[in-house]
Amino acid sequence: MSGIFTVSIFQSALELGCIYALVALALFISFTILNIADLTTDGCFTLGCAVGAMVTLSGHPFLALVAALISGALAGFITAFLQTKLGVESILAGIIVNTGLYTINIAVMGFSSLINLFGCDTIFSLGKDGVPYMIFGDWYKVITVAFIVALIALALWWFLGTTLGMSIRATGDNTEMVKSSSINPTFTITVGLCLSNSLTGLSGCLIAQYQKSADINIGTGMVTLSLAALIIGQTLIGNKGSTIRRILGTILGSVLYRFIVAIALRMSVPAEALKLVSAIIVAVAIAAPYVRKKAALKKREFVNYRDNREVKENA
Amino acid sequence: MLKIDNISKTFNPGTVNEKAALTNLSLDLKDGDFATIVGSNGAGKSTMFNAIAGTFIVDAGNIYLDGEDITFKKEHVRSKVIGHLFQDPLKGTAPNMTIEENMALAYLRASHSSGKLFSRISSKDKARFREQLSLLGMGLEDRMKNPVGLLSGGQRQALTLLMATFVTPKLLLLDEHTAALDPATAEKVLELTKSIVKERGITCLMVTHNMHQALEVGNRTLMMNAGKIVFDTSGEERASLTVNDLLEKFKVGAGEELDNDRVLLS
Repeated sequence: MSGIFTVSIFQSALELGCIYALVALALFISFTILNIADLTTDGCFTLGCAVGAMVTLSGHPFLALVAALISGALAGFITAFLQTKLGVESILAGIIVNTGLYTINIAVMGFSSLINLFGCDTIFSLGKDGVPYMIFGDWYKVITVAFIVALIALALWWFLGTTLGMSIRATGDNTEMVKSSSINPTFTITVGLCLSNSLTGLSGCLIAQYQKSADINIGTGMVTLSLAALIIGQTLIGNKGSTIRRILGTILGSVLYRFIVAIALRMSVPAEALKLVSAIIVAVAIAAPYVRKKAALKKREFVNYRDNREVKENA
Repeated sequence: MLKIDNISKTFNPGTVNEKAALTNLSLDLKDGDFATIVGSNGAGKSTMFNAIAGTFIVDAGNIYLDGEDITFKKEHVRSKVIGHLFQDPLKGTAPNMTIEENMALAYLRASHSSGKLFSRISSKDKARFREQLSLLGMGLEDRMKNPVGLLSGGQRQALTLLMATFVTPKLLLLDEHTAALDPATAEKVLELTKSIVKERGITCLMVTHNMHQALEVGNRTLMMNAGKIVFDTSGEERASLTVNDLLEKFKVGAGEELDNDRVLLS
């Protein structure tokens, strides 16, 4: 293992895993909890990245996090508005917003497809110059992102146990029941999608600061990659169980996914192939249980056929 | 309490599937009335319930609850004061959430809880839920952390009933709520229904295909056919009515279709 893995690869997998865990948590809210296929993710991630980069560029790395959070929530609000108030199918609503966001994003970036943040203060550069580096050394980045993710995970766990959080969970679990419990599903879906996309936006901003750049295409395929993380987490932890368990499972899935990617890169899989690899992981992870069931049935069918033939031959 | 004034509803108007489900239906329920409803399949019983609950808005006519016109009120607004139970025990609860979480959602109906969006379930809430659950006598009070999906249909329906009446509704709609349960459980849920409704004086409508029940439960019996109430009896007339009398009325109302219809007798 040590041959493949150096400490720095281990570190960067942890760092990226934690940052992308926020998108996986966003999908945990929209896909798993609300049962809505929200495809705003790709554009929303780039939006968070673009907004975050611009605010960081103006010298406010912490404000950038807040700005990205809010911009993500706005994107989520528009998707929710389209599907709850204007009768647009949920998948279509996400695609529409995702498409529109491309223009918004490039406009935010001043009609340039790439922004460099070299020389700007970021939360990571401030960490390196400050106390975190003195305490944790090279691990300061990991500690910073892990701290943010832990904070978000804790807040999310708390929120999902509140009256509003439970209403959102019930909306995805049984909409009929929600309506007859005097909960307005329009409201719960809107809050849920705003929350989920705000996490995606925040993740985008962290990536911008981490990579010291924002790229108009950075969000492409994000929904699939994060779904892979979410599914890996669910496969390991199971999608039942307590909320905190499922949240931790999602984060773990994201970190594991980054390790898989790191190993693949180390084994000289070209970086361009990563999206294909991710797509295959998602497809296999979703299809595996179904195929296994089918195969078991086919086997029984075959045994049955063989036995019947033997009986016939013996007769 | 409930006043339905000439409501009509046609599904798929202008198509080959056009179906006039409710035709100028009127009904007046007094405070504390417990009316049973019989009628063949397709008579419009569930459609009337859905119209009252607000699943759809009626094409014509008005619905008043406690003097207030609720004709155009949204479903989730009406559900603050209307409890609705369905035949399918899966419809009334969230399967992946725990019993106590389901109860907490039902408790949202209480007017004073609407401002507490960010409160979590307190130990006081838990004590209250536990006390309510123990009334069911099903041992659910010791399984409050279990997801509702693990309960049997009967347990789920009993829980749904408890949730619908947790905050006393002005009107309770029971749409064959015991029909999918085994006879013993059905009996238990019905007894529970009767005691809760009586104790709190809830105005209640109950659809049933059991003619005995239709005459014995509550204080009024309604019969529906072709989107209308065709027979309405209470008081002495109802007390002297036998199951056979009711069946006769049923045959007159439903015509020949009756022979093919499912469960009429019991």
